Formats: sequence, C-alpha cells, structure tokens
Amino acid sequence: MGLLSDPNRRKALTGLLTRLNTPICIVCYLAGIVWFMGLAFEPFTLRTYMSENAMGSTMVEERFSSGERALSLAKEFDAHKRKAGGMPVEWLVKAMQSRGLEVFTQSFSRKLPFPDENKERYMVRGTNVYGILRAPRAPRTEALVITAPCSPGNTNNQAVALLLALAQYFRNQIYWAKDIIFLVNEHDLIGTQAWLEGYHHTNITGMEYSPLQGRAGSIQAALSLELSSDVITSLDLVLEGLNGQLPNLDLANLFYAFCQKLGVLCTIQGKLQRNDWDTAEGYTHAAQTMMLMVLKQACGRSWGDHGLFLRYHIEAASVRGINSFRHYKTDATTIGRLLEGMVRKLNNLLERLHQSYFFYLLPSLSRFVSIGYYMPAFGLLAVILLLRALDLWVHLGAPALAAVDGVTEAEQPSSPGVLTVLTPVVISHLTGVALYLLPVHLQEMAVEHFPVSETEAVVLTAIAIYTAGLALPHNTQRLLSGEGTEQGWKVLKLTALLYLAVLLGCTALINFSLGFILAVTLVPITASITPHIALYAVVMVLLSPAFTILYCVFIYQELIEAPVSVSEGWMLFLSVISQGILDHALYGSLVYPLLALFIYPCWLMFWNILFWN
Amino acid sequence: MAAPLTLLLIVAVTIRAVLFRSSLAELISARVEVVSPLNAWKRVVEGLALLDLGVSPYSGDVFHETPLMIYLFHFTVDYAEIVFIVSAYFFRKQKYALESDRYSADCLELLRSPKEMFYIPLKVAMFYLLNPFTILSCVAKSTCGLNNAIIALFIFCTLKGSALLSGILLALATYQSIYPLTLFAPALLFFLQRLYIPVNLRRSSFWFFTLQYAFMYVGSLVVITGLSFFLLGSWDFIPSVYGFIFSVPDLTPNIGLFWYFFAEMFEHFRLFFSCVFQINVFFYTIPLSIKLKEHPVFLIFMQIAIISIFKSYPTVGDVALYMAFLPAWSHLYRFLRNIFLVSCVLLACSALFPVLWHLWIYAGSANSNFYYAITLLFNFGQVKVFTTTWLTNCEWKNRWRNKVSLFINLY
Repeated sequence: MGLLSDPNRRKALTGLLTRLNTPICIVCYLAGIVWFMGLAFEPFTLRTYMSENAMGSTMVEERFSSGERALSLAKEFDAHKRKAGGMPVEWLVKAMQSRGLEVFTQSFSRKLPFPDENKERYMVRGTNVYGILRAPRAPRTEALVITAPCSPGNTNNQAVALLLALAQYFRNQIYWAKDIIFLVNEHDLIGTQAWLEGYHHTNITGMEYSPLQGRAGSIQAALSLELSSDVITSLDLVLEGLNGQLPNLDLANLFYAFCQKLGVLCTIQGKLQRNDWDTAEGYTHAAQTMMLMVLKQACGRSWGDHGLFLRYHIEAASVRGINSFRHYKTDATTIGRLLEGMVRKLNNLLERLHQSYFFYLLPSLSRFVSIGYYMPAFGLLAVILLLRALDLWVHLGAPALAAVDGVTEAEQPSSPGVLTVLTPVVISHLTGVALYLLPVHLQEMAVEHFPVSETEAVVLTAIAIYTAGLALPHNTQRLLSGEGTEQGWKVLKLTALLYLAVLLGCTALINFSLGFILAVTLVPITASITPHIALYAVVMVLLSPAFTILYCVFIYQELIEAPVSVSEGWMLFLSVISQGILDHALYGSLVYPLLALFIYPCWLMFWNILFWN
Repeated sequence: MAAPLTLLLIVAVTIRAVLFRSSLAELISARVEVVSPLNAWKRVVEGLALLDLGVSPYSGDVFHETPLMIYLFHFTVDYAEIVFIVSAYFFRKQKYALESDRYSADCLELLRSPKEMFYIPLKVAMFYLLNPFTILSCVAKSTCGLNNAIIALFIFCTLKGSALLSGILLALATYQSIYPLTLFAPALLFFLQRLYIPVNLRRSSFWFFTLQYAFMYVGSLVVITGLSFFLLGSWDFIPSVYGFIFSVPDLTPNIGLFWYFFAEMFEHFRLFFSCVFQINVFFYTIPLSIKLKEHPVFLIFMQIAIISIFKSYPTVGDVALYMAFLPAWSHLYRFLRNIFLVSCVLLACSALFPVLWHLWIYAGSANSNFYYAITLLFNFGQVKVFTTTWLTNCEWKNRWRNKVSLFINLY
C-alpha cells in the first residue's frame, strides 16, 4: 500500500481530498442521480434471456380447453360464497375431491394489533383449503404451488374457478414429476402466511393455526393467480415481495416468453412496453415503470399473495388479469394455456431457480438492469458520506499531526469527553425505541383520552413521538450545559456519518430501493450539516424520513396516473404508516423497525448537531 | 479510580443481564460469528446431558470442550449466566491490575503524561467490558469468555512475576485450546528480563531458568491432562478436542479463514493444507521473539492477535481479547497511519456479516462467496491493525532511541 504508507504522497492525497471535498461530493451526488435515471435508458439495459437450461429448450404444446367450464364454475363459486358468507369450505373440498386431489383444510386465527381500516378487519379467522395432485410416477420430493385467493365480493371468482379447471386438466396428464398443490387461501396474505408457516413448521409471526394434515415435499416455485373478469385485455405480472425481495428473473422471463407465444398482452406495473426508446416519451415511460418498481420495492410490503413465499426461498410471482378498454380480448382458455405452459416448464426444473438474477430492476418486461449496473448509483451516494467522514477525521487529527515531531509531550487538543458524544447517541436511540414500541402499546390509553379510533390513535401517537423528538436537543443541552465543546459536534458528526453509511449500505444490500431512496434524501443534508444555521433546520425537517414517505406517496400516485390532492395525500400517508406497522406485526416486514430503530435515531443525531451548544 | 471502574462494572453487568433475559439471547447464541463448534453453549449442554446419562460426552462428535470445563459446568449449570459475568469481571480485574502494574516495569513512560497513564487501565477495562463483541460473546454463553479470562489471569501472573502461577495458568490455557502454547516464549522473555538474565544462548543462567519454567509449564500440563483422564476414565478427549482443532473437520462458516478453503479442496490434499494453515499460527513466534525480545508484553499482544486471526475456529470473543489491549499502547496513536480506514473496514464488515448471512442462507440470493469475501476483508482489517501497531511501535522505538542518544550526546 505504497500510496497510503508513504507520508508525502499520503499528505498530498489527504490535502487534495480536504481541499476539493465539497466539489467532489456535489459531483458524486449529481453523478449518482444521473446514473440512476440513466438506468431506464434502453441502450443501457440488457434484453432478458432465459438462464435456466432446464426451462429453455422444451417445446410444449398446450392443450387446455376448459375455459368455458371454468367460467360457469366461477358463477357457482360466487353463489356458494354468498351463501356461506365467506369461504365455501365444504363446496371447495367436494369440488377438489371430485377432481381427484387429496384435499386438506387448515384453520387459522389472528388478532391484529389494531384494526386494519383499509381491509376492515381486526379479529381474523379463516380456513385455507388446498388439494394436492400427486405426481403419478415420481418420488414425492418436490412440489409446485398454484394459489388463488378467496376474496369477499365479486373479486377473484374466476381465479378460483380456473384453478379448479386446471386441476381437473392436470389430473389427466402423466408427465408430472412434481406434486402440484392447489391452494385457495382466505384473507389473502394472512391466510398465505398461516399456510406457509404450517407447511414449514415455523412460527415467526405469532399466528395460531391448525397443523397441516397433508404435505408434498419441498416447494420449488409458486404462482398466484388473480382474475376477476371473464375476459381480460392484459396480464400484469407482480414481482415485488416482502422486504423488497424479488423472485428469480427467470420466472419473469418465463411469463414473458409464454405471453409472446400465446399472443397475450403483458404488462408490468400496469404499463405496456413501448418501442420508441429514442424519444422523450419512450424514455419517460420506461423511467416511470422503473420508478414504480423502486417505490413498490422500497415500501417493503408484499404486493401480491406470492410475496410471502419468497422468504422461504420459493420463487413465486403473481399473475393478475386486467380488464381495461382495449379492442383485443383474451379468454379464459388462453389464460389456462398460459398457466399450463408455465407449470409444465417449472415441472422440468432439476433444481431451484438460481441461474438468473435475484437483484434487478425492470424498466419493461423485456429489459432489465442488474445489480452490477444499479449499485454504482448507490455507491456514489455512499462515498459522499465517507469523504465527509475522512475530511472530518483529518480536521480533528490536524493539531495532533502538527506536533508529530514534538520533543516534549504533545499538547492534546481538548478532546471532548465521551459523554458528550455518547449522550445524544443514547438518547436518540431511546427515542427510536419509544417510536417503535409506544404507538401500539399505548393505543388503549390514547383511545380513552382522545376521540379517535384505535388505528388513528396508533398513527397519531407515532407522529407525535416523531415530532417530540425534534424538541429533544434543546432539552438535552439544558441537562448537560457546559459539556459541549467546539470539537464535540465534529466527533458526533463523524460517528453519525459512519453510522449512516454502514446503515444505508446494509439496507441497500437487502433492499436496494429503500437504501437508495433514503440515501437520496438523507445524504446531501447530513453531509453538509453544521450547527446553528436556520436554513439547514428547515431543510432537515423537509428531508426527514417521514417527509420522504410523504413525497413517495405523492410521487406514487402521480406515477399510477391517479394524482391526489393534499388532504387525500395526507390520509394516504397516515394509512401507509398504519399499513407499515401492521405489515411488521403480521408478516415480519422490516421497514418499520428499520426506520424507527435505526434511521430515525440517526437522523436525530444529526438534528442534535444542528442545535449543538 | 475505583468509582469510575465500579460504574463501568455496573453498566456492563446491567447490559449483560438485560440481554440475557431478552429474546435476543436465543438469536445471539445461534450466530456463527459469535459461537464456534468448540465453544458453543448448546454443545456444552449436550455434553452435560451425555455425561449425566453415563455415556462419554465425546461420543457423537458434538462436544469439543475439555473435560475440566464440563465438570465446571456440571456443578454450575444453573448459574451459567453468573459464571460468565463473573469471568468477565475477573478478566477486568486482571486487566486493570496488570495495566497499572505494567508501567512500573516498563521504563517508557516518559513520552506520556502521568494523567494519561492513570486512565489507561480504565480505558482497557472499558474497551473490553463495553465492547459489543464481548457482550455478544457473553450473552451467547460461549466458553470463549472463560478462555479469555484464563489468558488474562496468565498475563496478570506473568506481570506480577510469579513464574509458577504463570506456568500453571499457561498450561491451563494451552489445555483449553492449543494455540496459547506460543505464549510460552513471551512469558519466558518477560521473566528473563525481570530477573536480569540476559538472553544469551551460551549462558548457563539462561538455560537454567528456561528449563525451570519449561518444567513448571510442562509439568502442570501433564498434571491437568492426567486429571482429565482420571475424571473421565478415557483418553477420548484428546482426539475430540485437539484432533478437532488441528484437523478442522467441521466446516460451518465462521469469521475465520479455514472453512471456505477446506470446503472446496480435495481429500487428497487435506493433510497438506491443514499443516500449512496451522503452521501459520506458530510460525511467527520465533521471528517476533527475536525482534521484540526487549518488549515481551508487546510480544504477548502480537501473539494473541496472531492466534485470534489464524486459529481454526475464531469467534468475535477472540477478537475482543486483543482489541482490549490497544489502549495500552495509546502512545502510538499519534503515529498510527490508516487507523481511520482500517476501523471503518472493521466496522463495516461487522455490520455486513449478519446481512450477507441472511442473504445467503435465508433469502438465497447470495452464496458462500459473498460471506467469505466479508470474512477475508475482516481478517485483512485485523491484520492491518496489528501490522500497523507493530510498525508504529518500531518507528516509535527508533525515535525514542534517537532522542535518547541525542540526549546522551548532549551530556
């Protein structure tokens, strides 16, 4: 390491970094943003291709033809659903049994920490019904899952019916090498979570469920079907799962290949692919698709029933039928053929899907951006924090370096006591812990004293604690008056910068979108913060994590072409917070604990620097 | 000095007690960075269960701790948590006492103000007790904490000048895991320095003392091994403990360098590579002893660092042991180059270990290469820490010599 060991070259390098620190940081930030936006530009992306050999070369001729029968079955299912007032368990069991499957049921119940106002449920009780098609001539070591949710009202009747029609068709074929499980789950994600936990004998979310009576081997892949109309115009693929985890890209490639083969329009994020990448509209369209994926991945919730499978290393995707105003319509038989083709290809797998990418962004279904291309954008933002930290280190060490040839003992610069740095850190983290624990635990007390519902109580308590944190620096300074020194804030800033860099790095590895969005808003203000500048205080608040969520809500609404007014946006924001807390309690999503226990205390540390005494 | 130390002890014990009772304890005891097959608490419990059933605890390749350890826990298994906290406390006491002792023997205190020196023992205590690595190790009830306590006691007795106790404790440490064998040389050098016996191979006084010390050491080792044999009635423990350490059959990923290589090499070459990897630990003793014969305490630090980087099943508890020593050389801080970069690397790696483990094992999106890359980077950072300390020590010694010779020349 000659460059770093030779004192002269070292001094030159550090001198350069210190002098040009701000320009380099600004250049890095702009480069990071431009790089990220440039990812959607088509020449910079790669065309998708099938990586798994076992799925590529077989030519499958689909023969499914019972689309009409499926549609009449849908009406029957709807009638029974209305009669039963929920899931028609006996009818489903009889229907599956008559199709030659081994049928089992699982009942589950869960009490949510507070009522879910979006789906209007609090005490959830339900039953999952699943039938196993045993592979006729193969050892029963692997399985595939096809699932359709049983939703209240008119939704997803055709999905369940198509599932049953497919089951009947599959039962007559001899080429199955894996068992196929047809799952109809109640209460969408909660039912899927109960089923998966029962299947894998885990209990990570505190759900009560009856153990599964029948099992089928380790699940290799899963498909979730959502179909609510007799004819559709396009099929939408949903990939984003819990905590931003994505299935293997080969699954998306498989879907796209079959859509091409059968002539079905396929979309991603609800947007069709365009061919005019060299025009401004074409580029904006791709950029919008990619931004939608980034926003959906960042919020960490599962956007389809498939999302919970990913945690168990099961590649899964959701296929959603959309009926919009287009001329060309696709009927149920074609959808059945598409699913048949996909399942037959998955049947050919020798091992789990692992050849293609696990980390990618999709500006369109046939183009992808892999981790090697999008990580540098994040890296450029993270390097700003490291450069700033290095700059601070050099400044803090400068008086000591001057005395390097001192004959007598060098005079130590008045080093701030550890207490001055430790106190803001501890207090910030305690506030973070309060933000994590108190909203749910104090909801009864809040409901007693204020005329709000439980959900509102939880969300408003969270916002109240968040805002109360802003008042902290004034109070802690009053407690420790006389301890802060000139150097103290620099040491705190150094610690906080390194902490933020490590935190954002780890977040970006697990969920790139979340890490990137937090980096874009937090890095510029935290890198440039110095005490006692009022403008910085305003900008800090405007770029704090809560406001970032608010901006993301508005941007998301703009991107899905359903823009909202300020008050509606605010209500959406509140519901996003309550959903985040519920997702964490119900499915183990990590976004809420990350924001409350790590990002918010980090931000508070910087807020402390701003008000340094 | 007593008040801050007591406060520190109370804080450390509180943190450990809180974590012991929380749900994190289960999570931490399962982490591969914190426990290894040699010192996992789960395995000690297995061994105890087998012992209670009357079967040899070494049957079945689960338990790899020494017999004395199992008997210690046989009697204290219900109070296991207390044992670990007490061992951490003892460790602190020894470190504290040894630091305050060290500088009376070492004549290099002129370059440091007395005020600073006063705080070094407290800083060492803080570095050890409040180090997240030690806290994790203690909460996971890894026997690494007890091993560290024995090594600390050994260093304490060496510095106090008691050759017999030092020999016994070194034998105990070697009996636990073989690597402290290399600490024989620095301990010997320290005693020779203390008794003003010059290190000259032709002098009979040198040989006389060496033989004396070696006899005490080997004798205690024989006695302890014999005691283990009589406790369990068989020599099972030798292949299970020492054979396990040397032949590295268990390839669970950890923060060491062995597992990845051994997972992918052919059986044919396994013996060769085991020898090459194990020699790494013992190999540096002789050159370092020759170079550092006037600074045996620094040599002890170097040896412990080498052991914890190159041993076959390292854990973060081993890393914490030598890191706790760093404040003792605070006079070198001024000259430490790259310390910022290296500490950033170590911090980032410690944070990335659980992330990449999760991505590899649970999410399935990464593979062993990612985890090993972080392991390599972490060990590289550790090697950088200890080579930087070594180089600055040499540089500082040179400056000191120059200044002293200048001083002498003036007069």
